[in-house]
Amino acid sequence: MPKIPLASWVDSLVDWMGDVFSGFFDAISFIIENVVQLFTDLFMLPHPYLFIVILAVIAYLLGRLPLTLFTAIGFLLIDNLGYWSQTMSTLSLVITAALISVILGVPLGIWAAYSKSASRVIIPVLDFMQTMPAFVYLLPAVTFFSLGVVPGVIASVIFAIPPTIRLTRLGINQVSGELTEAADAFGSTSGQKLFKVQLPLAMPTLMAGINQTIMLSLSMVVIASMIGAQGIGAEVYRAVTQLQIGKGFEAGLAVVILAIVLDRFTQNIFKSKKRGA
Amino acid sequence: MAILQVNKVSKLFGANPEQGLQLLEQGWSKARIAKEKNITVGVNRVSFDIQEGEIFVIMGLSGSGKSTLVRLLNRLIEPTSGEILIHGKDLRKMNKEQLREVRRKKISMVFQKFALFPHRTVVDNVEYGLEIQKVDKSKRREAAMKSLELVGLKGWEEKMPDQLSGGMQQRVGLARALANDPEILLMDEAFSALDPLIRRDMQDELIELQDKMKKTIVFITHDLDEALRIGDRIALMKDGSIVQIGTPEEILTQPANDYVERFVEDVDLSKVLTASRVMRRPETITMDRGPRVALELMRERGISNLFVIDRSKKLLGVITAEDASDAMKNNRKLADILITDGPSVGPDTLLNELFEITSMSKVPLAVVDDTGRLMGVIVRGAVLGALAGETKNEEVTQDA
Repeated sequence: MPKIPLASWVDSLVDWMGDVFSGFFDAISFIIENVVQLFTDLFMLPHPYLFIVILAVIAYLLGRLPLTLFTAIGFLLIDNLGYWSQTMSTLSLVITAALISVILGVPLGIWAAYSKSASRVIIPVLDFMQTMPAFVYLLPAVTFFSLGVVPGVIASVIFAIPPTIRLTRLGINQVSGELTEAADAFGSTSGQKLFKVQLPLAMPTLMAGINQTIMLSLSMVVIASMIGAQGIGAEVYRAVTQLQIGKGFEAGLAVVILAIVLDRFTQNIFKSKKRGA
Repeated sequence: MAILQVNKVSKLFGANPEQGLQLLEQGWSKARIAKEKNITVGVNRVSFDIQEGEIFVIMGLSGSGKSTLVRLLNRLIEPTSGEILIHGKDLRKMNKEQLREVRRKKISMVFQKFALFPHRTVVDNVEYGLEIQKVDKSKRREAAMKSLELVGLKGWEEKMPDQLSGGMQQRVGLARALANDPEILLMDEAFSALDPLIRRDMQDELIELQDKMKKTIVFITHDLDEALRIGDRIALMKDGSIVQIGTPEEILTQPANDYVERFVEDVDLSKVLTASRVMRRPETITMDRGPRVALELMRERGISNLFVIDRSKKLLGVITAEDASDAMKNNRKLADILITDGPSVGPDTLLNELFEITSMSKVPLAVVDDTGRLMGVIVRGAVLGALAGETKNEEVTQDA
């Protein structure tokens, strides 16, 4: 039996898509690039110390004194080690990827929760996206979006969007049948049911999904740097390829600090909201 | 006209409910359809009318289809066949918007496990029905507060539902249903999740509310005592069909078949039967007669006392044979020997309350209506007889 030419099929599919959708890809590329740039400009606008103060104040408002200290000391260390601008570009990339993941993922999750047939398609695709080695879809990302930050964001989104979709779906399905029944019994439209009952109740689960999405996109930054995304990931990559252990540790530490701060911030934003209610 | 008419409504679950329906018509049993066709008969060609202002109880054990039935009434579950008429309009023929309108304005529901929205405060929960109708904020707040006051939860508005006890949570559920000012309240095992004592209180309060607000209530329960306490009429369900519809008394005293009889055999009749059920025709005399006539009457009937009434049958008091014979000797009038502080009860007094009164009183117990007219008399023997299962209704009469 001859070998199935799967590889060449995929190649020609990618080529064909590159030709046909090039305008579409250019538009996406344009948008993403500008969004990332916008965030970077925003984060670089204040002096690092001022930015650190702002972050510390936010941490304090979230009601976490240890987090306030950790944020201040951690970011001062990043600045001191000389990775400030790289960290800010990474932060921009991560936030852009997370934003896109939420904008696409939440509606997809809702759709999957509502429609059995939709979830029968979406769930296996998510499995595929999460288990396919991330390097493999770096290549088509480069083909469609060339080198730089955009394919980095795209790859991050593909890698990071599944938890948002999965947990949105889970959160909505977890809302007790009696509550949706009550919403129906009082004559809610489906929109009212979704926005006044299902989504608010799914919020804790949904936020856990978004938190995971942010963490996963952060874990993509080193891989994204291989296709030209600038930032702290690129520093790590360079240090690894040049066997500079000390420098690699410094850059890696910056990633860890950023990760911990992002994680605690997203977790606590929701918790403090709940307390306030 | 009945506010809600249900005509041959069925609900079958399975791949081919239409086929199941045909088989039912051909006389197949529910069990056979389930076994051979894999179709579950939830509700089997049920018909009844509900009158305005009535508490209609649908009672049955779990699996009898009562919860499915109540959800057919507002189409939370789509019926397979039949008609559900609200004010003569068929609910099944309505489109989505019309149905939504009915759910918003005409029918509200109270749920077994309360189904309060845990992310909203008490008052926001109560407002929900009005909020989705886009009633403006101050108006709906006002309606919600009124509704909360009605169920005795004033001052609890800003609490979250999980800060309230079960009984209070269900009051919120009731307030939420009342805030829309619906004509019909569907209550699905509304008190089943509550402690027995709290359940009792809620039942009393529901009856009180009903007196005040004159809603039509469809109440689902598996608890016979509850059904007998609050129901004006009861529909007893078994295997998706209604076995019997009747007043609590009819269900108890004239069970339609063995199933109903077995169901009700353990009921404490003293908590169900009322004074009007066991009262006898009273012997009476008017005030203008003399003691001699009274004595003669008593001798004739073989009794030792007589009720004295005026021309409009209003109860004035009671006289005893002993006093009458004294009065005859001393040449006194009936008015002089009239006992005016004898016990009297309303026709709806329950038998268990009668026991105490009859045992403490020397003169027989009078049953009077709201206007003070004498309706009947309770003798101790009749109370015991009723409890023993005697139901000689023919001796009872409404006009004394």
